[in-house]
Amino acid sequence: MEFWVIQTFNGVSYGALLFLLAGGLSIIFGMMRIVNMTHGSYYLLGGYVGLTAIWRTGSFPLAILLGALAIAAIGLGEYNAFLKRLSGQELGQVLTTMGFALIFQDLGLVLWGGDPYTIPVPAVLSGSYQFGELFFPIYRVFIVVVAAAVAVILWLVLERTRIGAMIRATVDDAEMARGVGINVSSISMAVFALGAFLAAVGGVVAGGFVGVYPGADFEILPYAFVVVIVGGMGSLKGALIGSLMVGLLDNFGKALFPELSYFTLFAPMAAILAIRPTGLFGRA
Amino acid sequence: MMVRTLWVALIGILAFLAAGPDPAWAQKGPIKIGFQGPMTGGAAAVGKDMLNGLMMGLEEMGHQIAGRKVEVIVEDNQGRPDVALTKLRKLVESDKVQVLTGGLFAHVGYALAPKVDEYKVPMLYPVMAADDLTQRQSARWVVRTGWTSSQPSHPFGEWVAKTLRYKKVVTVAMDYAFGWEVVGGFQKSFEEAGGQVVQKLWPPLGTTDFAPYLAQIRRDADAVFALMVAASSLRFPKQYQDAGLKARLPLIGGGTTFDEFVLPSLGDEAIGGISPLIYSAAIDTPANKRFVKEYRAKYGKVPSYYSETCYTAARWISEAAKAVGGNVEDKEKFLAALRKVEIPDAPRGPVKLDAYGNPIQNIYVRRVERKEGELWNTVIHTFPAVSQFWKYKPEEFLKQPVYSRDFPPCKHC
Repeated sequence: MEFWVIQTFNGVSYGALLFLLAGGLSIIFGMMRIVNMTHGSYYLLGGYVGLTAIWRTGSFPLAILLGALAIAAIGLGEYNAFLKRLSGQELGQVLTTMGFALIFQDLGLVLWGGDPYTIPVPAVLSGSYQFGELFFPIYRVFIVVVAAAVAVILWLVLERTRIGAMIRATVDDAEMARGVGINVSSISMAVFALGAFLAAVGGVVAGGFVGVYPGADFEILPYAFVVVIVGGMGSLKGALIGSLMVGLLDNFGKALFPELSYFTLFAPMAAILAIRPTGLFGRA
Repeated sequence: MMVRTLWVALIGILAFLAAGPDPAWAQKGPIKIGFQGPMTGGAAAVGKDMLNGLMMGLEEMGHQIAGRKVEVIVEDNQGRPDVALTKLRKLVESDKVQVLTGGLFAHVGYALAPKVDEYKVPMLYPVMAADDLTQRQSARWVVRTGWTSSQPSHPFGEWVAKTLRYKKVVTVAMDYAFGWEVVGGFQKSFEEAGGQVVQKLWPPLGTTDFAPYLAQIRRDADAVFALMVAASSLRFPKQYQDAGLKARLPLIGGGTTFDEFVLPSLGDEAIGGISPLIYSAAIDTPANKRFVKEYRAKYGKVPSYYSETCYTAARWISEAAKAVGGNVEDKEKFLAALRKVEIPDAPRGPVKLDAYGNPIQNIYVRRVERKEGELWNTVIHTFPAVSQFWKYKPEEFLKQPVYSRDFPPCKHC
């Protein structure tokens, strides 16, 4: 019993972290049809900027905010200067974003060196809650709370506001949206920046428990892709369910069949794709 | 459509290999040392420690060995066997180096050895600890100046059973050659001394989240033996503490779990961790104190065992080159000289090779303690002059298979 409760909690909290990363990736996908290979770099660079921020200011919330804003700006720059011109050219976009990922990887190495770091978390968030024999690390609870808050805010914005309606319209049919007078290009820009912002939040938050280190970008990227493929592109609900599924599958896979941990992660993905090629909540 | 692009993209994450430039070969010019290590990726910090150690050693000799200038050619192998082989080819075929060194992971060591033998260019292994390279599949042209993975584990296993008096231990180790060998050596001598390994968990290399493994650890054990490397050493102790385990089960482990290179990034969660290794920056000898002081002044951090072994490798090359009068082009003689080197006063202590080509050296049992605000691996016990076979007879020892995931078998699981 203890085993199942703890493992479920672990899976959910890892899924929460993935959601921060995959949420933005999914929306960018769905809306702009950009396969953004730089997304992992936003996560890594966000962690690094957050690290520097916390060294300078000592404030954890400020680290999250500064990390996220800096990366949103970088994402905006990348989109405006390069990706915008490649609209519709999938291969060109993949190569460009891949190139940026490699540049950012080396940039991180030059600026922050190769040493692994952890982001120091405030005392209130370290330690664990104990219920009898069960220990719940407070930081993992915090990650779940952050992800839940982000999910609720995103949902409210997308479903209940005018901007949200415009974004949904653009996801569904960009041409038609443009036709009815929606400024698709500025909406695209905003969404791209938002995706980068969320990835960086994920990077800073993850820095508190898995650390910030060279290579983190390409370690996390496949997971984010799997989430988006399983959940369906452009769907917030899909990203949420996908993240939880991947978090749980990964966790239970490693715990129950450690030799098959990649199989338990990728086999359900293949099965879902076979039955629903667009992912669980994606539309063709 | 998009799904297919995605797949193309996923595949696109894979390898970028560099081709070697044109050969430029000078006769009897400088002695060229070909170094390769992970200079990018998750283990880049370790690669830097290694290179720093090597360069510091050469600098102390004024970049001159036996009257010849020394040139170092550095290649990044990303810690991957396939890239390591490409870089080896480049260093030998186009750079024409006379001696090779570097390398981090045990499986890279296994991959490189046959090719090194084929090229017949001596390669020093200051770090790559794969047991069998000086045991059952010894490579003629590989000169191990470092250690075997199980070398510190042998005396440590018995010490844990007799001195710490732990009866039941759970092991959590990275799932590759190095992890198997470190755990295997520990299990063998620990169980022979009356202990029991009651559970063995194998997270894959590069695991970021240890929660699924931590939740399985049997709570009725006396201690946990962990073997982490590179970035995982940074995460594991913290997650171990957060899972509420530190207060219940003391954490011991292989030496790399509490590496000097990761200690500055760790906090109180690491304190009390006990591990054996061939080096500790806290060794109290004049040679080591001088080394630590100067390394620190130069690179702004405490040297790790990676720095020490590569620093000593520079000296190793120099001693051997001197012995052959600088004529490193006579490869057979140079190789023989490399095997005869003895260094009585390396920072880690006296070092010389056994009949199988692995160093006989001190093993230090270290405990992480805080001193003047910094974490150090305080030496709490020294086993002098330990060979890779420890107290076992080499012929007897070599009859057992190399340590693996399933050997020794987990009789008490």
